[in-house]
Amino acid sequence: MVHYTHARLDASFAALSDVTRRGVLEQLGRADASVTDLADKFHMTLTGMKKHVGVLEQAGLVVTEKIGRVRTCKLGLRGLAEVTEWIERYHQLWDARFDELDKVVEELKRKEKIDGRKKRR
Amino acid sequence: MGAKRDGEPVNKRTTVERKSERELVTKRTFNGPARIVFEAWTKPELFKRWWAPRSMGMSLRSCEMDVRVGGKYRLEFEGHAMAFFGTYLEVTPPSRLVWTNEESGESGPVTTVTFEEKGGKTLLVLSELYPSKEALDAAGTGAADAMSEMFEQLDELLVTLGAR
Repeated sequence: MVHYTHARLDASFAALSDVTRRGVLEQLGRADASVTDLADKFHMTLTGMKKHVGVLEQAGLVVTEKIGRVRTCKLGLRGLAEVTEWIERYHQLWDARFDELDKVVEELKRKEKIDGRKKRR
Repeated sequence: MGAKRDGEPVNKRTTVERKSERELVTKRTFNGPARIVFEAWTKPELFKRWWAPRSMGMSLRSCEMDVRVGGKYRLEFEGHAMAFFGTYLEVTPPSRLVWTNEESGESGPVTTVTFEEKGGKTLLVLSELYPSKEALDAAGTGAADAMSEMFEQLDELLVTLGAR
């Protein structure tokens, strides 16, 4: 339903192709977490987890924020709720619908014309 | 050929405007009389053909419409457990349709569609009026949730591909 730029989609695919990163997304879907928490949970080194979070962040799937010494991660999908983007998607949907409706209207007009001719005969 | 006979070509631009904190207004002009455009909105077999555009990867599994004041409608999309339903509040052929959107409870908008004919063309204005600003904003968040659902499907696909 959503048009996405190819580069962004490629990055998302790449990000999702790893089982740990999928796990991280699932985890963040439940609650925000720090990189340290995530490293613990997935039995990884901090450096390894930082790498994964970096890939997810680049794909826009995760956003991070550093408060003091702790870097907190949360799902980046929320960013997509930006009003402008939502209206843009809404616009795309209606535009696609109306293009199809155009065809239906044309067809009904043609049909009416043919039926009209038949009646006149 | 037909375009010449019908006069000026129709501007096929769809516009969407957030008219107020709780109202979205969409407009488009169609190259046909209001009664025909109205018919395409009120006959299920016609409605089905355009409401779920294939270009958006959508398809309707079922479409029931009892187009009269107090009548109900119910639309079910293929591949989702999603159903959209509500009640027609006003039915004035061929110029006006009003219905409720009840699938998300009380936060759903009321949709008003007007069909204004001029020189054989029809200006269609669709307004979705939400009960509050928060409800409209939440609908935007709902779209983000749909996005997250898309990623889940992507995820499943990748798991399937990975398993091969």
